[in-house]
Amino acid sequence: MTSLGWIAVNGFRESVRDKVLYNLVAFAILLMGASLVLGQLTAGQDLKIIKDLGLSAMSIFGLFIAVFIGIGLVFKEVERRSIYNLLSKPIRRHEVVVGKYAGLVLTLTVNIVIMTVALYAVLAYVAWGENEFARQARETPALDPALLKAIALLLVQLMVVTAIALFFSTFSTPILSAALTFGVYVAGYFSADLRNIDQVVDSRLTQTLARGLYYTLPNLAPFDVASQAVHGLPITAGYMAVTIAYAIVYIAILLVAGSAVFSRREFK
Amino acid sequence: MVAFPLVTVAFAIETVDLTKDYSVGFWRKRPRRALDRLSLQVERGEVFGFLGPNGAGKTTTLKLLLQLVFPTAGRAQLLGCPLGDPAAKRRLGYLPEQPYFYDYLSAEELMDYFGGLFGLGLSERRRRTNALLDEVGIGAERRLQLRKFSKGMLQRVGIAQALLNEPELVILDEPMSGLDPLGRRDVRGLILRLRDRGCTVFFSSHVLSDAETLCSKVAILAKGCLVASGRLSDMLALQVRGWELVVADTPDALVAALGTRATRVVRIGEGRFSLELPLGAPPERMVAELAAAGAKLVSLTPLHETLEDFFVQRVGEGT
Ligand SMILES: Nc1ncnc2c1ncn2[C@@H]1O[C@H](COP(=O)(O)OP(=O)(O)OP(=O)(O)O)[C@@H](O)[C@H]1O
Ligand SMILES: [Mg+2]
Repeated sequence: MTSLGWIAVNGFRESVRDKVLYNLVAFAILLMGASLVLGQLTAGQDLKIIKDLGLSAMSIFGLFIAVFIGIGLVFKEVERRSIYNLLSKPIRRHEVVVGKYAGLVLTLTVNIVIMTVALYAVLAYVAWGENEFARQARETPALDPALLKAIALLLVQLMVVTAIALFFSTFSTPILSAALTFGVYVAGYFSADLRNIDQVVDSRLTQTLARGLYYTLPNLAPFDVASQAVHGLPITAGYMAVTIAYAIVYIAILLVAGSAVFSRREFK
Repeated sequence: MVAFPLVTVAFAIETVDLTKDYSVGFWRKRPRRALDRLSLQVERGEVFGFLGPNGAGKTTTLKLLLQLVFPTAGRAQLLGCPLGDPAAKRRLGYLPEQPYFYDYLSAEELMDYFGGLFGLGLSERRRRTNALLDEVGIGAERRLQLRKFSKGMLQRVGIAQALLNEPELVILDEPMSGLDPLGRRDVRGLILRLRDRGCTVFFSSHVLSDAETLCSKVAILAKGCLVASGRLSDMLALQVRGWELVVADTPDALVAALGTRATRVVRIGEGRFSLELPLGAPPERMVAELAAAGAKLVSLTPLHETLEDFFVQRVGEGT
């Protein structure tokens, strides 16, 4: 295994031993309980509601994992000075950044997989108790594989968010990094609006500024295809490919920038 | 014709005018010199002590060598490689001051992780982990998470991990700190074994007696400046500062009569005295006089300057 692999595996081990995973299992159980209750309240719509609720919950919990682990891994290493030992080993600093990132992505993936299994388990349970009338009425299958497409894009979106969090954490404190990452996340959902700003305001300065922001901020809205998946609208392979390619480029730029910052840092 | 091979003396550590300014102050940053034009050469195979009072710049120097901070001016080489070269790090071990490790790992897992970073295979990692943890006296606790380790135990793990790659050069920042007397003895033994293996040991310390028993050379730093450096024997051995004479069966009156010829008189017991004689007066005459008056000679020892005397004097000059 390469140094990068070792750093990634150790980062994964750190977050697993941080007990985040166990909180998520708790979340999965919570989700089951909540959606079964909701299912009884809304006859006929229960599967759609469970899918909607499940995907939203996954998105929110995934965001929390991405941000709170993402901002911490590098910071803790520096704050507790374990970085002194790590950097005395034959590795380069960018390997620390990229390795930590890979570890985070691994953690995130495992968590998303667990949540996905939980969601499908609940869907299967409800579909099993469904009456014939309800089965005829709904237009998508209970265990719709289209959900997996939405979950895959969600995972990729969270990978972008993780890269943002890691990037900020290479030079700032966890609280500031968290604030900045959440800020970028929210702005990332509206960044498409920035392109149309010249139709709303006349100021050239504002327009230039908005254009600059449009190109620097990540565009996170395209990754969110939960409602298409729930309502049985098509999500094409081409759309998926373009979105994922965009994410890869964006992540690569962040990792290069983060490595550059980290390589110049002094550990006083 | 004999062709002489081109011998290049590659030092284990070489610094040239190494300088570090930290910037201090919250609003108005101003530089504060922590290390001032340090030029030092550590030959291979040496045990080199790096001494100096608190805040002298020892840790700063070691951090510069490890590229944890970057020099303001000057340059340095480790094992003939420029700083930051992974090739040098492959052959190097480092123990930071007050080491801290991932507290969610056990000692064994930590060693395994670092062994992996050196590219060691599984069986080799296992072997070295066990051998080194044994060597530093970490027993069954090695399965325990490091958060449950005491300060001295962490220090021991720190020493073990610095030796994982069988380094040619180890850089230790206060290796004795936090260790109990047995631990200190163990580490002294370890350093000597490393030296016998041909490993260069460069360590910072406050404990002068350790430096005195271990090092072939020392450097003394004060306020960021090098105040002395060289062979311990050159610094100390030649500087005999007097004699200690111990006599028995000696009447008190006889000793009293010596007056200022003895710089210090300590009565050890009935008729037993320890006399300190200045360097100027040859001790043979006094021994003969005392013996003629019935005193019995117990011992006569030259008093060398200790590293501590030297340290106090040089550091005092520097301030
Ligand atoms: N991060 C920092 N910012 C500003 N000044 C610093 C910093 N670290 C060290 N210094 C200053 O640099 C000088 C040297 O510190 P250093 O830690 O190298 O001393 P030392 O010789 O290792 O001392 P000790 O024996 O106490 O460990 C000190 O005056 C210290 O105040
Ligand atoms: Mg120090």
